[in-house]
Amino acid sequence: MGILLDEHSRILVQGITGTEGSFHAKACKSYGTNVVAGVTPGKGGQIFDDDIPVFDSVEQAVKETAANVSLIFVPPPFAADAITESIDSEVPLIACITEGIPVHDMIKVRRHVDRSPVRLIGPNCPGMINPAAQCKVGIMPGAIHLPGRVGVVSRSGTLTYEAVGQLTSLGIGQSSCVGIGGDPIIGTSFSEILQLYDNDPETDMVVFIGEIGGSMEQQAAEYIKNHMQKPVCALIVGASAPPGKRMGHAGAIITGASATSKSKTAALRDAGVTIIPSPADIGVTAQKILQQIG
Amino acid sequence: MKLHEYQAKEIFSRYGILVPNSTVAHTPEEARDITDKMGGRAAVKAQVHAGGRGKAGGVKIVQTSEDAYKFAKSILGKYLVTPQTDDQGVPVNSVLVEELADIETEIYIAITIDRDARSAVMIISPSGGTDIEEVAQSTPEMIFSEPIEPVLGLMPFQTRRMTRQLGLEGSAARDTAKLMMSLYQIYLDNDCSLLEINPLIITKDQKVVALDAKLDIEDDALFRHKDLHELRDRSQEDQLEASASDQDIAYVNLDGDTGCLVNGAGLAMATLDVANAAGAAPANFLDVGGGATDEKVAEAVSIILSDPKVKRVLVNVFGGILRCDVAARGTVLAYNRNNCTLPLIVRMLGTNLEEGKEILRNSGLNVIFADTLTEAAKAISESR
Repeated sequence: MGILLDEHSRILVQGITGTEGSFHAKACKSYGTNVVAGVTPGKGGQIFDDDIPVFDSVEQAVKETAANVSLIFVPPPFAADAITESIDSEVPLIACITEGIPVHDMIKVRRHVDRSPVRLIGPNCPGMINPAAQCKVGIMPGAIHLPGRVGVVSRSGTLTYEAVGQLTSLGIGQSSCVGIGGDPIIGTSFSEILQLYDNDPETDMVVFIGEIGGSMEQQAAEYIKNHMQKPVCALIVGASAPPGKRMGHAGAIITGASATSKSKTAALRDAGVTIIPSPADIGVTAQKILQQIG
Repeated sequence: MKLHEYQAKEIFSRYGILVPNSTVAHTPEEARDITDKMGGRAAVKAQVHAGGRGKAGGVKIVQTSEDAYKFAKSILGKYLVTPQTDDQGVPVNSVLVEELADIETEIYIAITIDRDARSAVMIISPSGGTDIEEVAQSTPEMIFSEPIEPVLGLMPFQTRRMTRQLGLEGSAARDTAKLMMSLYQIYLDNDCSLLEINPLIITKDQKVVALDAKLDIEDDALFRHKDLHELRDRSQEDQLEASASDQDIAYVNLDGDTGCLVNGAGLAMATLDVANAAGAAPANFLDVGGGATDEKVAEAVSIILSDPKVKRVLVNVFGGILRCDVAARGTVLAYNRNNCTLPLIVRMLGTNLEEGKEILRNSGLNVIFADTLTEAAKAISESR
């Protein structure tokens, strides 16, 4: 099983003819992902990488190929349009990789997502992967993943790879990995992903990687305290960040007491979460929990 | 991107918001002449990108043009250290000389983005003129916030509610409500991340005037505001941070002595935490980004090396889009260009790892390799 993706996922890539879109569409395909369509306005009728038809619109792509997941690589000025185009065609799952979308755009897009029957992952995220289903919808290096029973959720890209790398090197596989994105306004929160993992029979525990900025980690702690059945271990990065400075991610900025790593770590500890002491200890902490739950 | 008060007030004026008569002065002589024209009394205000300037001595009410000259002379060309700057402060290159107003009431008003509500929010308080964080601490009941539904925008009934909360009546209430609508329009038109007037005043003759103005534009939206680019004042920014941002490198200057080059913001933050825990505090945050070339990595390492605090460099790269060989070549390039002999600790993983290691081994540089974050922490600790 795993979450969000499975053997029936049919991927369409928006921005498939761009530099990033074409590189990653090929990488997803060679991982085993069922990439069924590409969309680039004005390039409809082309064939990408021997067998992927390119369409002018998402509407046409969905009609012709029954695509049910959108993966978006469209540049920031056009990303809000691309996301809403997939919403319009009711593509149930949309992952937007694009970094640098203006927050004013995302405020409106998120409102639209909230009243639509779709789920948006990101933006500014690495995407998601289900190793057992050989389905990769994102930019993560596929080779570091191993099928297994640990769910990973994170706001970051490379730090997620670091976490997965540590798990895999200890022989610990992943049921799914999801990067929810480093922007201040994103489509899906930690709590929603935690809930999916809690309900997934193939997931035994969750590795949770948060960072400074906002209060989404506190909301997740609240969720874990009140609802979560499975064990969670968590790492919050950014303890060394000075207040008021944007640490790369648009969302990683300390703007108040709740945005600090200290406050987030405390909330998670209170919720019964095992705190990962250092970024170097992600794998070993998960290993200990797995041994405890047998 | 932050704007200066005088730049923000120019934008305010265009939207019909009243601001006091004022002129920017770059020399003490100009400050004196402008004050003369205003009749000898004025407020002289340092133009810096930092809050808390009043407390830091950056604002003075002068009673004669000679006083204006003296005050301008005492701060122009100097660095102003406020509670919101670092110890070095920010340079004062200009002052705003402004007509004095007859203040009856001081109000706080701002628009910012509420991440939890995922919308803009207007924040108001009848306790204007003071530090709003202090008001929030001591008398939170004096702060009101009004979430703005993004599709509808700010609605007139909301502005009426807020003027009631502010205790305003008659023309002052009507004009303040109108100002709120203008402020929201400015926020939309300029992709603001923060708009703040503190204080907004009601004068004795019931005029509603913005006595101060703060306007921050979201960096990610600058691509659609080419006209605003020229308003950027680089002198107010950390110079290393400014040159990094020119190269599209996310860099933040910190206090320690371990220079850090990482790909990805999350891994970069994690790397700083690891360095700190190893007792070798980071000199910087640096995310070189995914699509970096040899040259961009070299530029990034050069920025790190141009910081005199740096005593060792830690490169931590998880090769994916950025390949290890590219990171290695760029690093060697920068070390050679700068004739650098500082210890170099390298932890690389992923795409083209062996090629990257080979480049570093053959570089003649003193490279300490680490395979894991734990080993990297040990290596930086030992290099102290």
